[in-house]
Amino acid sequence: MSTTTKSAKPVCDLDSATVRFCGDSGDGMQLAGTELTNTSAIVGNDIATLPDFPAEIRAPRGTKAGVSGFQLHFASKEIYTPGDSVDALVAMNPAALATNLDDLVPGGILVVNSSEFQSKELAQAGYDVNPLEDGSLDGYQLFTVDMTKITRAAVDGLGLSVKEADRCRNFFAMGLVYWLYDRPLDPTLRFIERKFGKKPAVAEANRRTLKAGYHFGETSEAFDSQYRVARAELPPGTYRNITGNEATAMGLVTASKQSATPLFYGTYPITPASDILHELAKHKNFGVRTFQAEDEIAAMTSVVGAAFAGAMSVTGSSGPGIALKGEAIGLAVMTELPMIVVNVQRGGPSTGLPTKTEQADLLQAMFGRNGECPLPVIAARSPADCFDCAQEAWRLAVEYMTPVILLTDGYIANGSEPWRIPAIDELPKIEVKHPGPIANGKPFHPYARNERLARPWAIPGTPGLMHRLGGLEKQDVTGNVSYDPANHQRMVNLRQRKVAGIAQDLPPQAVDGPESGRLLVVGWGGTFGALATATRRMRARGESVAHVHLRYLNPFPANLRDILSNYDKVLVPELNLGQLRMLLRSEFLVDAVGLNKVQGKPFSVGEVVEKIGDMLGTSIPRQATATTST
Amino acid sequence: MTSSALPVLTASDFASDQDVRWCPGCGDYAILAQMKKTLAQVGASQENTVFISGIGCSSRFPYYMNTYGMHSIHGRAPAVATGLKVARPDLNVWVITGDGDGLSIGGNHLIHAIRRNLDINIILFNNRIYGLTKGQYSPTSPLGKVTKSSPVGAIDNPLHPLSIAIGAEASFVARSIDVNIKHLGMVLKRASEHRGTSFVEVYQNCLVFNDGAFSHTTDRATKSDATLELEHGKPMIFGKNREKGIRLNGMDPEVVELGKGITEDDLLFHDEQAPEPTLAYLLSRMNYPEFPEPIGVYRAIDQPRYDALINEQVEEVTKAKGEGSLEKLFHSGETWTIQ
Repeated sequence: MSTTTKSAKPVCDLDSATVRFCGDSGDGMQLAGTELTNTSAIVGNDIATLPDFPAEIRAPRGTKAGVSGFQLHFASKEIYTPGDSVDALVAMNPAALATNLDDLVPGGILVVNSSEFQSKELAQAGYDVNPLEDGSLDGYQLFTVDMTKITRAAVDGLGLSVKEADRCRNFFAMGLVYWLYDRPLDPTLRFIERKFGKKPAVAEANRRTLKAGYHFGETSEAFDSQYRVARAELPPGTYRNITGNEATAMGLVTASKQSATPLFYGTYPITPASDILHELAKHKNFGVRTFQAEDEIAAMTSVVGAAFAGAMSVTGSSGPGIALKGEAIGLAVMTELPMIVVNVQRGGPSTGLPTKTEQADLLQAMFGRNGECPLPVIAARSPADCFDCAQEAWRLAVEYMTPVILLTDGYIANGSEPWRIPAIDELPKIEVKHPGPIANGKPFHPYARNERLARPWAIPGTPGLMHRLGGLEKQDVTGNVSYDPANHQRMVNLRQRKVAGIAQDLPPQAVDGPESGRLLVVGWGGTFGALATATRRMRARGESVAHVHLRYLNPFPANLRDILSNYDKVLVPELNLGQLRMLLRSEFLVDAVGLNKVQGKPFSVGEVVEKIGDMLGTSIPRQATATTST
Repeated sequence: MTSSALPVLTASDFASDQDVRWCPGCGDYAILAQMKKTLAQVGASQENTVFISGIGCSSRFPYYMNTYGMHSIHGRAPAVATGLKVARPDLNVWVITGDGDGLSIGGNHLIHAIRRNLDINIILFNNRIYGLTKGQYSPTSPLGKVTKSSPVGAIDNPLHPLSIAIGAEASFVARSIDVNIKHLGMVLKRASEHRGTSFVEVYQNCLVFNDGAFSHTTDRATKSDATLELEHGKPMIFGKNREKGIRLNGMDPEVVELGKGITEDDLLFHDEQAPEPTLAYLLSRMNYPEFPEPIGVYRAIDQPRYDALINEQVEEVTKAKGEGSLEKLFHSGETWTIQ
């Protein structure tokens, strides 16, 4: 840490910082976090975020159940996780303080809105005495600010009600954090204009409170230094900030455009997948048709109908919705039509933890249908990776005439990172072919297959190709209904071989780290950041640890068997009770060990490092696992 | 097929090469025959026509048509058809369903397809029984119906399919009878011509599991008293000698004898274009023997259609914003450049 001076107060340089805003779910914490994220991205930091909000839109005010948080890790180097712990915590009320304080590093910055620390609010948070007054926060750099009072004063004269004025407090908190970390106000001022431009008084109030927060930091004697995190050395290019759900939507639009096949998105609102619908609904000028169905089953079956019609058909949901779609996904497998099913996983079972992340739907994706019902399953590793995975899902769907399941999760869907915008000519082209007309009376065989075992995608409107699809078993080649036992065996085998054959068409699985060694960490999906960071940290300490992160879960890449055999031990960390581990064990007879967590939260790097240390018999100093730096 | 001469198709051109496997004597045969005739009559083409069905005896229908088709899953045909029609508004889409498929397991999809008023035709074969699963009571079986699953009588209050459709804001509602082939042909033709969702209930006899469920409407002795043929703008008259009529008494219909001081002008006149569905609903509640059961077109009004609207929105937004450019999309919002 070096110290320089800027204006009146000294500025300390940091490699990275982790900031968390927390408050009542009506306090605008997600907005505050999102704006700090965008601003940090624009100034060139690498970023990783962790929004964390309750399932209730408005739980009773001031209760612990209603606390909403947004954590941002920004750095001057590449980072992959939102940070294990927090360097600066902004708590808007006692409940937020009580539920978040444990994550603040010793000596960390603690900004508290003191106006909410009254007897009622304190009692709701379970405090017998006011923690701002009893010395219990002495281990932190505590800054108490009466945000309500200052905000009301800042917006005085704009004609806002008290309620409206208080709604601006998040901008005060933002302004203060912007000053603290030397962030420019311009991006957020532009956001205010875009978002509130039609309500001039509200826009002006937000502008004033943002600046009031910033100036408070600058002038108040409470704060004696500022922090600065320099821009990161990212690969050259133009960047934007992107969440996983935005990336999925953009990837779908891109695949549609690149395959010249209009996108039909049939879906039913569900957390945390709905933002894909919201994003796609904006892009009608790409020929996107979004259909908000009456239920999950209708969403899925409408997608089957649109696939038959020749559209690029996609549905998106989360675990409970995927359960409802199961029978119709079976119909899609039987009719061998191309489509994508996106599952933004959340905590289960049943309604579970709708706003929290989990990876417990892998076996549902693999086996959650009646009968032998194989389909390709792929998983995105990070917010930006959703963009590539959406396109890859469509490529597999059309090349193999099959529904494809794309797994993401609440963590990467809502989390964001900088995305290097690809050049249009870098994007994969996806070729869609429909057979042309034939003379009426000539036979057409809808279940004849090509070298990939894919059948032709003949679409209504094509003369001579009239045929009937359905859920009943199909006769090989003709596609007529068949109850013949030998035919059923043949068709079950064909569908299985078709999907298994995709392995030959996949890029070889990459390994991060030594090609052989003592320990291989195998992961999939949104745990990428924590696993990559943990394994790199272990290697930096001289440990023989490699990392494989699977995008393709069914089929597995062809070289995975060899990779697994090159290490003494295999560790499979997952946010479930061992689903990938079960698949790896059954497929490869490998004695994989699990690290399994189901708390609705991503892995911390420390947890993974500790487990790797245990397996290698190396003791890891406790302090090292608790650090936020990467 | 690419020749510019219009091919003239006959009913037999719409028959597929598959053996029809319904039970001999099933009412479905008559409906299949009328459908093929209707398609030929209205000049439909094989390749632009799609039949979508769910599960049940009636849902085997698409296999027997030389058109595109999908025998989908139980109850979901209206949703499959919705995706198909939204993606391809140029296609003629028919949904074939039954009383169990459409009103029980698929009730939700049926009402939502109807309220969206996509330009599709939904034909519900009502035989008041589950035939394919061999004889359980259905949502239209009368109270007390003794079946394998209701040995001492069904205790579920039956649904009136047309009341459901009208309640779901249907723009076209009609009823016909499997063996009344001329009438059925007329109703199918009207359904085909209607722009918007056409909902047609067909009384269909299941010879094996529920024979005679609608015999009152088909037997020579009772049919003229048991049915009322609706005609737009005409008074509601029925009976063997057209001696009876329907009159409104307060808010309730009543059967009256013509003559004896009652003239046609005192009767209820049918108006299939009435903006409010009140009359259609009242008709849908008339059951034999208290009333004749109306057949024909109950309601045919022009309403906005989902498939047209969704595609108009795409066109309007494209016109306003220009055709989508990935370059622009990727660079929307705040961006920054690293050299």
